[in-house]
Amino acid sequence: MSGRAMRVATARPIRRRWGRRYLLPLATCAAIILATFAVADSFHIEYAYIASYPVFQYVVLATAWNILGGYAGYVNFGIAAFFALGVYTSVVNYLTLQLPLPLMILVSGVIAGIVGFGMGYLTLRLKGAYFAIATLAFAIVLNTVFNNWYFVGAARGVSVLRPPAPYFFGTYPRYLFGVMLGLAVLSVLIARAVEYSWIGRGLATIRDDEIAAECSGVPTLRLKLIATTLSGALMGMAGAPFAYYITYVDPASAFSLTTAVNTVAMPVIGGMTSWIGPVIGALLLGTLEQVTTVTISSALSVMLVGVLLVTFVALAPRGILGVVKALWERRPWAKP
Amino acid sequence: MGVDAELLFYALQTGLLLGGFYAAVSVGITISFGMLDIVNIAHPAFIILGAFVAYYLNSTFGIDPLLSLVIAAAPAFLLGRLLYKMYYYAFERHGEESLQGLAFFFGILFIVEIGLILLFGVDYRFVEAPYISTTFNFWYVSLPLRLVIPLVVGLLMVTAIQLFTSRTFLGRAILAVSQDPGALRLVGGNPVKIKEIAFGVSIASAVIAGPLLIIIQPVEPSIGRDYIGRVFAICVLGGMSSLRGTVVASMIVGIAEAVTATFGGPAWAPAVAFSLLILTLLLRPEGMFQR
Amino acid sequence: MGEAVTQSAPVLRALQVTKRFDGFVALDAVDFSLREGERVGLIGPNGSGKSTFVNSLTGVFPIDHGSVLFNGTDITRLTAWQRARLGLARSFQLPRPFKSQSVRQNIEIPLMFAVGQTNPDRIAAEAEAILLQVGLGAQSRASPKSLTQVELRKLELGRALAAKPRVLFADESMAGLSDTEVDEVLEVLMKLNAEGISIVLIEHIMRTVVRFSERIVVLVAGKKIADGDPREVMSHPEVERAYLGQ
Repeated sequence: MSGRAMRVATARPIRRRWGRRYLLPLATCAAIILATFAVADSFHIEYAYIASYPVFQYVVLATAWNILGGYAGYVNFGIAAFFALGVYTSVVNYLTLQLPLPLMILVSGVIAGIVGFGMGYLTLRLKGAYFAIATLAFAIVLNTVFNNWYFVGAARGVSVLRPPAPYFFGTYPRYLFGVMLGLAVLSVLIARAVEYSWIGRGLATIRDDEIAAECSGVPTLRLKLIATTLSGALMGMAGAPFAYYITYVDPASAFSLTTAVNTVAMPVIGGMTSWIGPVIGALLLGTLEQVTTVTISSALSVMLVGVLLVTFVALAPRGILGVVKALWERRPWAKP
Repeated sequence: MGVDAELLFYALQTGLLLGGFYAAVSVGITISFGMLDIVNIAHPAFIILGAFVAYYLNSTFGIDPLLSLVIAAAPAFLLGRLLYKMYYYAFERHGEESLQGLAFFFGILFIVEIGLILLFGVDYRFVEAPYISTTFNFWYVSLPLRLVIPLVVGLLMVTAIQLFTSRTFLGRAILAVSQDPGALRLVGGNPVKIKEIAFGVSIASAVIAGPLLIIIQPVEPSIGRDYIGRVFAICVLGGMSSLRGTVVASMIVGIAEAVTATFGGPAWAPAVAFSLLILTLLLRPEGMFQR
Repeated sequence: MGEAVTQSAPVLRALQVTKRFDGFVALDAVDFSLREGERVGLIGPNGSGKSTFVNSLTGVFPIDHGSVLFNGTDITRLTAWQRARLGLARSFQLPRPFKSQSVRQNIEIPLMFAVGQTNPDRIAAEAEAILLQVGLGAQSRASPKSLTQVELRKLELGRALAAKPRVLFADESMAGLSDTEVDEVLEVLMKLNAEGISIVLIEHIMRTVVRFSERIVVLVAGKKIADGDPREVMSHPEVERAYLGQ
């Protein structure tokens, strides 16, 4: 290969001034974290943390899923597999070394990332539909493996006792809440950075037209692998604290279809082309689900998610983001 | 025969019997995914729906599951046509079926499953019929009717669909659509209408397979997921749109599962089809049989 | 094809390129060579393998037999994006713009990925320059969805051009365009050729191809049946038969 071909993927466009690029988002994130803590603390009940934990978990999952699904248009139904890898990394750690949770989140991320890379390497050459089916297949194979792995309780499950919470956080639910909030902010920052980088530009061309992208010099397989690895790693990280959240882990809860449907529904409902879409979707849908679970029933609340998913995908495929954009473009006070 | 050989023999026997049922389950996916290029991952949900129709009719009116199979066919066909209409107007018309269509059917899968949970709960349900506990034995062969009947009905179904696609005008039109939608329009056929009918047949076949399933084993709403792997594995393994391939692939999957269940434990069986699917996709994405 | 290679070393060569689909032979041992700065027309009836030929040489799919040489280097096993980076660009017969990006962003993609530029301001400026060159300066911020057919053709050319190619496969379809629009597209192609880019024009309308090309290659049923001076090729009996018999 000539030197020109070897100069691989160094294209990096649109570098904004670094203050706007880094300082502003970081300051915003710090403000969001502090404000969220203040709000949750103001309820003075433990339940505030327990109820909002899943919402932030879904921010992570939806954001992670969207890096591949939304940006590149490759539907991954194997969410539960990556999430469960994180959950069970935690469980194995609990049964053996009992290392601290933040470290386990990191390890989960690495494991799920490696698995994501491997799965991507094997399946990303397939057309989109086959890829989706293969990911679903992968989740079920992994589910079967955990159903048969007696060390982690097999199908019966295993209970996980919470260690004492680190000093600053007081109670363990408040600690988990803080950890998940941090993860949510981190994953949104990563998704945003990817979107505005050359990776995001390349992924968008894959979504639009993969062959035209290849012929324009976009290394599609490589970009998809980056996205799958990153996406899988973040999902795994979201799973690690879950073991301590539910305190009883079995394959049914770790591989729950509800998790998968929520994770697909949230970006679809929020809007898939930008990082903010999954955040909107996860916050709205996650909150709605918590409220309906408490006021009506949990079965009905998941039913609602399914119905919303089908409705949005059929009637407003660009999600809330698309609807708002369309309304904004048609605003009556706009200059002609 | 030694113990192992005997076990293997029984596993093969069960596998072949199961395979016939799997053909009934998968023939619809061969139509929708293989011929129409519609990735209906909700297909298994309609199998479970059919099983619960049989359960409901059996437990409240005492109707035989084989009769409920006949009763359910027509409404299921209409349901399928309706579903395709929705799919067509929302996605296919805009050429945006791939990503959004997948999410759509994923949602449908979930709605059907949760709907069944809301109506029937999460317990295993079964039907009562005189033939379910009958088994014919001769030599080493044992033929439980609860497996033989699904096998027979399944093979009948595939044969009927095979005859339909090869002998009737409508059937040939479906094959034509699967190869080249434009060509059909030239001779005056309406591909959308034809795909709608074909999808109706596909959903009807899934719902028909439901009563067969509940004859074989007790059913609860979430077991449909195990069939996602099976039907797609069989479809891909069988060469996408080949009905003969579907039958052979069904037998292969049935045998592979029965052998795994016998020697590795039944808990491993769900992974068999998916592993086969992944292997097929990686090694021979075009499947083993061409049309 | 003797006369084609005498003047200077070929920038692109295809040797015995063969491609089958499910047993159907779409390309049958096709030899082809292209000199630096040459304008070649590739013609043939519908389904003769023209697009398959372009896809094979640009790496959209692997070929079953034969080899492709670019500047003397074997590129048969390279992927499409690697070939694009080497300087092998193409337009698509049916325009395939990146729908979610603006016209200018479409042009920026090859600049970023095929050429490997990193400075966003320079990328933007260069994309604007290319848009002016192909006559889309006014549509820079528009969505490809709002473009007319001829504008989409120009966008295709602009995007191919942005890859800074040495060889351009212009898989054109000017059937729906008016005479002036055809002239516009040809003018862009001539300008690119004047800058040293070798161009292979694939087009149905014979007049257009004859006007543009220094040499014409004819494919029929996956086989090359003629290759040479436009007038000679057009009077070739087999070519006449292939076209009149249509």
